[in-house]
Amino acid sequence: MSPKLPVIDFEKIKKVHDAPLEEFYTSGHRTCQGCESALVMRDFAKASGPRTVATGATGCMYVANTSYLTTPWIIPWMHTQLGAGGSSAIGMAAGLRALMRKGKIKKEKINVINFSGDLGGGDMGLSGISGALQSDYDLLIIMYDNESAANTDIQATGLTTYGAQTTFTPPGSKHRIMHRRWKKNVAAMLAVGHPTCRYVATASATFPALDFMNKTRKALAIGGPTFIHTFDPCPKGWDFHPAYSRELGELGIKSGIFPLYEIIDGQVVYTYDARRKGRIPVRHYLEKQGRFAHLIDEDVDYIQKQVDVMWNEWEVPGVAPFKAGLQVAAR
Amino acid sequence: MEDPLGVATVATASPVWEREELLNGCQAVAQGVRLADVDVIAAYPIRPYTEVMDALSKIIADGQLDAEYIIADSEHSQFEIVKHASSVGARAFGGSSGTGWMFGFEALVVAATDRLPTLFIVGNRALDDPGAFGVEHNDAMALRDMGWLLCWAATAQEALEHVLIGYRIAEDKRVLMPMALAMDGAFLTHSQHMLKVPAKEAVSRFLPAYDLGDRRLHPDNPVSIAPQVNEDWVMELRRQNWEAARRAKGVIAEAYEEFNTIFGERYPSPYFDEFMTDDAETVLLGLGAVCMPARTAVRRLREQGKKVGYINLRWFRPFPTQELRASLGRFKSVGVIDRNFAHGSPDCGGIVFQDVRSCLYPLAKRPAMVDFIGGLGGRDLSIADCIRMYDITAKAARDGAPEECVTWIGLRE
Repeated sequence: MSPKLPVIDFEKIKKVHDAPLEEFYTSGHRTCQGCESALVMRDFAKASGPRTVATGATGCMYVANTSYLTTPWIIPWMHTQLGAGGSSAIGMAAGLRALMRKGKIKKEKINVINFSGDLGGGDMGLSGISGALQSDYDLLIIMYDNESAANTDIQATGLTTYGAQTTFTPPGSKHRIMHRRWKKNVAAMLAVGHPTCRYVATASATFPALDFMNKTRKALAIGGPTFIHTFDPCPKGWDFHPAYSRELGELGIKSGIFPLYEIIDGQVVYTYDARRKGRIPVRHYLEKQGRFAHLIDEDVDYIQKQVDVMWNEWEVPGVAPFKAGLQVAAR
Repeated sequence: MEDPLGVATVATASPVWEREELLNGCQAVAQGVRLADVDVIAAYPIRPYTEVMDALSKIIADGQLDAEYIIADSEHSQFEIVKHASSVGARAFGGSSGTGWMFGFEALVVAATDRLPTLFIVGNRALDDPGAFGVEHNDAMALRDMGWLLCWAATAQEALEHVLIGYRIAEDKRVLMPMALAMDGAFLTHSQHMLKVPAKEAVSRFLPAYDLGDRRLHPDNPVSIAPQVNEDWVMELRRQNWEAARRAKGVIAEAYEEFNTIFGERYPSPYFDEFMTDDAETVLLGLGAVCMPARTAVRRLREQGKKVGYINLRWFRPFPTQELRASLGRFKSVGVIDRNFAHGSPDCGGIVFQDVRSCLYPLAKRPAMVDFIGGLGGRDLSIADCIRMYDITAKAARDGAPEECVTWIGLRE
């Protein structure tokens, strides 16, 4: 019997022209040209609509977005501390639920969303997000991942790609590579650790078109706590021309270095199936970014090998790093 | 009905009191939270405050309170949950002790700068390392410069009542500041007292519903809260916070007056209680449960004809500058009992000493002042210790404050 995916009752955006025209994240911010994280903000707000409350953890999407008296947010928004993404969402959801149950405010569906960067969501706030995903509140955590602490001048985080130059990991005459950590696999880690969380996804704001907005709507519709990890090329931090942000995202996904998938009720659905569609060499993705300019062939080969392992050897390719299942005999 | 000590009690049938019950400090606070009809509670365990949350979970399980009860993954998350629940208009409650309090400290700082009137209980505990469960006030004292309302309960009855008084002051539109209610670990959190539990109807007359008004985060009120301000606005925002603390002085007075009107004359003065001070020449001043041995010491010394009294300081923030200046200026010498230590401060004394001495500086005629560091980590401050402190303070009245004005009490040397 082949397993069936649950039917998620959500209003799917089928064509670009069907996307809502109304903006809930609009002028007033001062993000960089070609900022994909800003697009993540715009898209999630468009997809979730006006009956939403959001918190933003400290990060570039706080500092660059919300200068006093010039907020871009049409929906209610509040700052939360760097590591408080998950707990801020619990707090809002719990408050709203109690007030509705006790008849103090009108009963209705209000979307509760937190966005945290890779530093806030993937490193400092991981425990809080884990707490949120264990809860029974309806909430969505979006981790916008531009692979650096971007508002403090590009420092490496636990999600920065191996080998990348950042201000904490500059290449030098003795050490060519200062960043030797493999990117933390946050979405899958959260999915594995929280079996009652019904929806975890990875996404890109622009590839495939509309995918992220529909994933946002699915996450909000399925109920309970949910998580989306977005992959956001950052012209300033990754050192490429702002015109190529969308292309970089597509190359990252097509090279397989950033797998695109949903985990719905424990079932993996590839949004871009790199096994079926093939993978382009990871070099095509790396060579377009100044942050990898110091890498030599040997380094690129190492990264390619690791990506190959992800897709060829992992039990759930590109998702979960278990190998060979139960076939390894105990000694 | 009068009790043998001459303290007025209230008949259990009285409409403002629901029942009498033997409760410890933690359970008393939990009853206060029940009566305040709190909407969201976030819990995380650390001794000694934990039993507040134990008691609340049972109160909820038994259907006596309708509230969301969240077991957080850390104190930081716990405090952030409370803060954000408050931001959407829910009355929220949290608490901690010692090193857990410090772990969540970032969230406490922003609760004040976001002007969210949550209430936190601090079961005072020594900070690590090494581990110690006992009382020390440095945990709650760390809040003193952060824009919080900060007060100490001296009895379990006061602890219960200050949950209600605390929410009323914190949530007042003229204030909107978070409130920390501190109580001594073990001596108060875990010692039982016969309590009068207020009736719900009386509480509803005293404590209005929480209304955050136009700062409530809700789709019907789409505000942006706490955007980046940099050098353009921080000074004005700090000043607004301070103006709120200044307005709180008036609100505190109103709240106690109203409390006394409904529940009987329980609090002659909001900020501190004076015990046998009318003709006193020497007083000790302390916070929290040390008032018990100190008052007994006063009675014994009075039997010997010594003119001593005790001042139990309840509110530390806002600091009752004018009130304390007017009171302490009457005495020849004042000894401060500090259940904390301010490392490297002037004369290496305690935090309370520094503030009280600074408060009295403008007086033309100042009392001689000495400080006592004692009871750290839960060490007992006995009646004999208090008598020794009175002796040292009385000597300062005769001879002036000694150059070494800080004495460690009960220290093994």
